[in-house]
Amino acid sequence: MLEIKNLHAKIAEGREILQGIDLNVKAGEVHAIMGPNGSGKSTLAGVLAGKPGYEVTDGTVTYQGKDLLALSADQRAREGIFLAFQYPVEIPGVNNMYFLRAALNATRRHRGEPDLDAGQFLKAVRAKLKELEIGDDLLQRGVNVGFSGGEKKRNEIFQMAMLEPKLALLDETDSGLDIDALRLVANGINKLRAPDRAMILITHYQRLLDYIEPDHVHVLSAGKIVMSGDKSLATELEKRGYAMLGDAAA
Amino acid sequence: MTAPDDSLETVRSVTNEGYKYGFVTDIESESAPPGLNEDTVRFISAKKDEPQWLLDWRLEAFRHWQKMESPEWAKLNIAPIDYQAASYYSAPKEGPKSLDEVDPELLKTYEKLGIPLSERAALAGVAVDAVFDSVSVATTFKSKLAELGIIFCSFGEAVREHPDLVRKYLGTVVPQGDNFFAALNSAVFSDGSFAYVPAGVRCPMELSTYFRINAAKSGQFERTLLIAEKGAYVSYLEGCTAPQRDENQLHAAVVELIALEDAEIKYSTVQNWYPGDAEGRGGIYNFVTKRGACRGNRAKISWTQVETGSAITWKYPSCLLEGDNSVGEFYSVAITNNRQQADTGTKMIHLGRNTTSTIISKGISAGRGQNTYRGLVRVQPKAQNARNYTQCDSLLIGDRCGAHTVPYIEVRNPSARVEHEATTSKISDDQLFYCQQRGLSKEDALSLIVNGFCREVLKELPMEFAVEAQKLLAVSLEGSVG
Repeated sequence: MLEIKNLHAKIAEGREILQGIDLNVKAGEVHAIMGPNGSGKSTLAGVLAGKPGYEVTDGTVTYQGKDLLALSADQRAREGIFLAFQYPVEIPGVNNMYFLRAALNATRRHRGEPDLDAGQFLKAVRAKLKELEIGDDLLQRGVNVGFSGGEKKRNEIFQMAMLEPKLALLDETDSGLDIDALRLVANGINKLRAPDRAMILITHYQRLLDYIEPDHVHVLSAGKIVMSGDKSLATELEKRGYAMLGDAAA
Repeated sequence: MTAPDDSLETVRSVTNEGYKYGFVTDIESESAPPGLNEDTVRFISAKKDEPQWLLDWRLEAFRHWQKMESPEWAKLNIAPIDYQAASYYSAPKEGPKSLDEVDPELLKTYEKLGIPLSERAALAGVAVDAVFDSVSVATTFKSKLAELGIIFCSFGEAVREHPDLVRKYLGTVVPQGDNFFAALNSAVFSDGSFAYVPAGVRCPMELSTYFRINAAKSGQFERTLLIAEKGAYVSYLEGCTAPQRDENQLHAAVVELIALEDAEIKYSTVQNWYPGDAEGRGGIYNFVTKRGACRGNRAKISWTQVETGSAITWKYPSCLLEGDNSVGEFYSVAITNNRQQADTGTKMIHLGRNTTSTIISKGISAGRGQNTYRGLVRVQPKAQNARNYTQCDSLLIGDRCGAHTVPYIEVRNPSARVEHEATTSKISDDQLFYCQQRGLSKEDALSLIVNGFCREVLKELPMEFAVEAQKLLAVSLEGSVG
């Protein structure tokens, strides 16, 4: 589904952050990307989602047979790439439900499907809320406006569920969550695992992986993947800390 | 589902259309020769078969105007206006007597604008008075309104049919010599709308006037007078468009509202005069005086305006809160894109006891647009317990535009409470990216964010027009993000 080859990227007019990433992600797989602060985890998510401010200097990214880097951010989204933001953005005055319906219909139109009207949409929303076992308290508020950290993350997961992406990038979704919120969010993510959907979890800590079992774990350091393995790699990292990367390099 | 929730769908259909009202109707019209002097005033008055008192009133205004100077205090950069170059009267040659006789070309024009004038096709629940250049061409639903004693007609007709009412109220809120542009209007106004709602009557439909400037080199000077008797209620909406022309055209209107005891007037404007091109060529100069008087206790006047058009906007819809416990409201969205300039706001004059006023102003600047909120809150000595709340928010798109807030607060009674809040923000790349990451195009994302910013004002608009206003916001901001 996703093939990243020798990806180099820098901050526009700045230093190079990604220094040759190679990664293959197949449908149905969950990959965890771990690494210390500043290793380039969030940059990788940003570059894949088409966030402005980064410049790809080398390498290729192929997504479902397409040159991903040639697509604009909104095209990528409509092609099924979803980024759960580390810091979801507030949009004052825009109703959360309305925002989500506009987003969903943009994607449906792209797929050649008819728009959902308000009634159909509400029905779909109710079904998803039930499936994810989350409340409807956020629906009528402004997009992320005045949400707590946990509410913002929950809202991201809900959006993901509604938009049914092919490839979900979850950027530090566990950060800033207490244990109850973490469990809620992880539960949502687990329910969204599907044979035709891939996920990339970006996380600093191993604790999210106590709830979500990844198929592959990669360790990013200084813009490169320095180790890859199964979930046991995460446990080892937790025990020995990122200091063990020094050993690996030696 | 509320109307604002349908904006994106409609926005999609209109983006990339530009100013779609820029067409010219090919219609034979009769114009006054360019120039302005007492003979021009007499010519207009004679054309309209006016009584002597009204001609005298006009001439008095003209003499005032001659002694006045164009105001310089607004933050507007205006090339000198040659008042002798414009024509002060233009009317379609074949004057209609009834709806059935309206020139088919004119009907087509209004259909293009989305304002059907045949009553069968008319907007549900909206009575329309259409003003084309200098004259009112049609008023719909008149007979239905008349059953309730409501008068809704062109200003000219009101002068003929209801002279006592016109004479009693004309100029009582905005006197002839009030300001330069009001004086000019009082001298040369050609037509406009008149509405009278009798005591205790709640007007069952929106009253609406649609203004269209068509003729070249002409100005439009309409006058609107609205009277709500004791306990009456009326909601009124005006819309405006003009053809796309390279020269600037002058629009100087006066609107007077009178709300007596327990009456309520809701006045909404969607102003979409031609704004000029991207380089600032052409566009309407919009100098408008709008003022309402809450003459009785517990009267209420509410102004809502969405100002997207015009090269220059100079406009301060105001409330004179004379009656005790009377209420004034001002909700405004003003957009300036490209080289547009707007200096707009309100005046809330608290005269009676326990009077309250609310001001919500949303200014959006893009391109090289300059947007100024200018507002006065004055509490007079007798206005015991007056209350005002003002909120001015400015949104900047890009880094070549400007937003300015100029509040004047004059309090002469110690029991008054006046609050003023102001914010300025920029649409952030993060907001745009967030929307795009969810699949919205950049244009849709921008329109969504702007509509959210204006929400508190847009929700005050009558439902029928909220969607139109949102479309306009999107069109006005076209090309403002790269």
